[in-house]
Amino acid sequence: MQVRSKPIKLPEKTPVSNTALIIKDKVVVGDDWTVLRLAEGETPEGVAVPAGKIIVPLKVWQAQRAALQGRKELGVWFASDERPEELKDELKNDPAPFQVIAVDFPKFADGRGYSIAYNLRARLGYTGELRAVGDVLRDQLFYMQRVGFNAFAVRADKNIHDALKGLTDFSEKYQSSWDEKNPLFRRAKRETVVTRD
Amino acid sequence: MYRYDQYDHLIVKERVAQYRDQVRRRLSDELIEDEFRILRLQNGLYLQRHAYMLRIAVPYGLLASRQVRMFAHIARKYDRGYGHFTTRQNIQFNWIKLEESPDILAELATVEMHAIQTSGNCIRNTTSDELAGVAADEIVDPRPYAELIREWSTFHPEFAYLPRKFKIAISGSEQDRAATAVHDIGLHVIKNDAGEVGFRVLVGGGMGRTPILGSQIRDFLPWKHAMSYLEAILRVYNQYGRRDNIYKARIKILVKAIGPEEFARQVEEEWQHIKDGPSTLTEEELQRVANYFTEPAYETLPATDAEYERLKAEDKGFANWIKRNVKQHKVPGYAAAILSLKKTGVPPGDITADQLDFVADLADRYSFSELRVTHEQNLVLADVKQSELYALWKEAKAHGLATPNIGLLTDIICCPGGDFCSLANAKSIPIAQAIAERFDNIDFQHDIGDIELNISGCINACGHHHVGNIGILGVDKDGAEWYQVSLGGAQGNTSSIGKIIGPSFSAHQMPTVIDRLLQVYVKQRIEDERFIDTVRRIGITPFKDFVYASPIKTDQVTGEDACV
Repeated sequence: MQVRSKPIKLPEKTPVSNTALIIKDKVVVGDDWTVLRLAEGETPEGVAVPAGKIIVPLKVWQAQRAALQGRKELGVWFASDERPEELKDELKNDPAPFQVIAVDFPKFADGRGYSIAYNLRARLGYTGELRAVGDVLRDQLFYMQRVGFNAFAVRADKNIHDALKGLTDFSEKYQSSWDEKNPLFRRAKRETVVTRD
Repeated sequence: MYRYDQYDHLIVKERVAQYRDQVRRRLSDELIEDEFRILRLQNGLYLQRHAYMLRIAVPYGLLASRQVRMFAHIARKYDRGYGHFTTRQNIQFNWIKLEESPDILAELATVEMHAIQTSGNCIRNTTSDELAGVAADEIVDPRPYAELIREWSTFHPEFAYLPRKFKIAISGSEQDRAATAVHDIGLHVIKNDAGEVGFRVLVGGGMGRTPILGSQIRDFLPWKHAMSYLEAILRVYNQYGRRDNIYKARIKILVKAIGPEEFARQVEEEWQHIKDGPSTLTEEELQRVANYFTEPAYETLPATDAEYERLKAEDKGFANWIKRNVKQHKVPGYAAAILSLKKTGVPPGDITADQLDFVADLADRYSFSELRVTHEQNLVLADVKQSELYALWKEAKAHGLATPNIGLLTDIICCPGGDFCSLANAKSIPIAQAIAERFDNIDFQHDIGDIELNISGCINACGHHHVGNIGILGVDKDGAEWYQVSLGGAQGNTSSIGKIIGPSFSAHQMPTVIDRLLQVYVKQRIEDERFIDTVRRIGITPFKDFVYASPIKTDQVTGEDACV
């Protein structure tokens, strides 16, 4: 049987706002953060940031820093074409300057977010919640977890309990990343297998 | 050769389970095709014109006879009785059912094989020299490093969704037989003046729409740093490679855009953060892997065998085969024998289930149960006793695997083309067959000598047409299939990209086009000059002038040619 492409029913705007449930630290939990996305015509300088638990675009944080700085409940999210070094100063003296940092996956096949996450953790020392938002699906969660994400706002049309299974697809891995600081050859005693057929 | 330990087995087993569940979710519509496509591609499953194609990884081209028998079994049970070896030293099967693909992977796992990352925008199967470990001109055996790269790149979490596919080739000999210059990363294993092993690193080579030879970004990288340095290259590419245009997404475009010096600088900067970290290879780890590639139990033999010399002198067919298909071995009394998969009338690289079983037997009886796949789509028995070459030749000949044409006109590199591939603009196999039939005379081929004729059915260049001495590219013009010809491409130590000679030709004109090119060569060559050397000496103009001097009539105008 051949499976032909079916019409894609992607939501018009990826519904990361008002996500009721997310995966955090390997369990499904309720969540009341809102991701602020700029609508057409809105600018980072001009957009009004609502009160409450809100994750703002990096550019909004940079443009409205003076006003936002005092907020207790604030998160910042990276677009996939932004570099983690943009938060270098914030992270210099505080390993968790925001309650959450999110990285957006505009499409799940856009892999830039993996390097952003890795460098936020490994290079810049971020220790707080690192959340994947956008086109976040079960079959990428294992890799996302490896590079440093600990929270996943799974796309709203997918079953989040099903997606949770993606975190345990593999029980071993060869190479180092954020989750395993040592590659397999430094962790395990691997002996040369001698097999004669 | 490398054998799985409990970790390799575990990872591959878990992959089969993961993939089986992905197929289940696709069949139950939990996954839509646009989501599933990318997942199945990372497992080598393509949807082609007629059915699914499954590409199985042959790490750096090395096979054990039991693995080859598994291919025969898969060909019979799940396909139509044959398989196809590719230019990435892999094998693919063209008539696969989606529902059965997880079972095929489960069967492959029993012989320590998989289809991981044989497609998709990830790090593909690392290719290497088919004569690794036996070549007389070898500096360092590249196989342990190729295996270390295989493990490092398998399910690398950060580099599974790159801007585009990513191919690494590694060579450790004087002669580059791994086409390293046309890879995203080309590695040459070398020794420095102090005798230490390291890599010369090329980056940004590639074919496709924009053929470019790789640029050297490091002349000596100590081997211990291989993984962290590769990681740095990939991290720069993952972040800065273009994602807005599929044709400009390969690393070669990034390297070209910012220049090799700037790219090298960015890699260096990235590398400084991870250099000497836990990814640094250890002597123990290299030794663990190198232990799998120790020499087999060679006998002490005289450098030449009298009986072999006698047979070579008496039997012209045998002598022809020795001349073209047998390569020098580093151990006295041994040779590497190439089994040609380029018999006229058979699509290049194709092999039947019976032939697969047969070559597995040959490997068991003549070559320590191992085989290698070449990126020219032939098979190698790397450790044959000189005294047994005659018997091997007789047997191989009886099974259509001893065409004495390695490196000759009919040893054509050819992609599956429009007969199978949904990307193709034009068929490639019938062109290869028509040319092979026209020049089937082996004496003529031996007279022409070394020549590389490469055919791709589309600009993706799976048939390596850019680096063919003669390159043929299938193009689509108003719905009809046409063929563009280039001259002067080459692989190896003096790699070059071919130049297009002029307007394209119809399928039926192609054998005559080749004939005219060869006529110019025969007329112009000086003594033993190879085709490529004549092209380099006199340029493409004399060839071009002669090919287009008079119209090429076609005897029969049928099929695609009848379309206007």
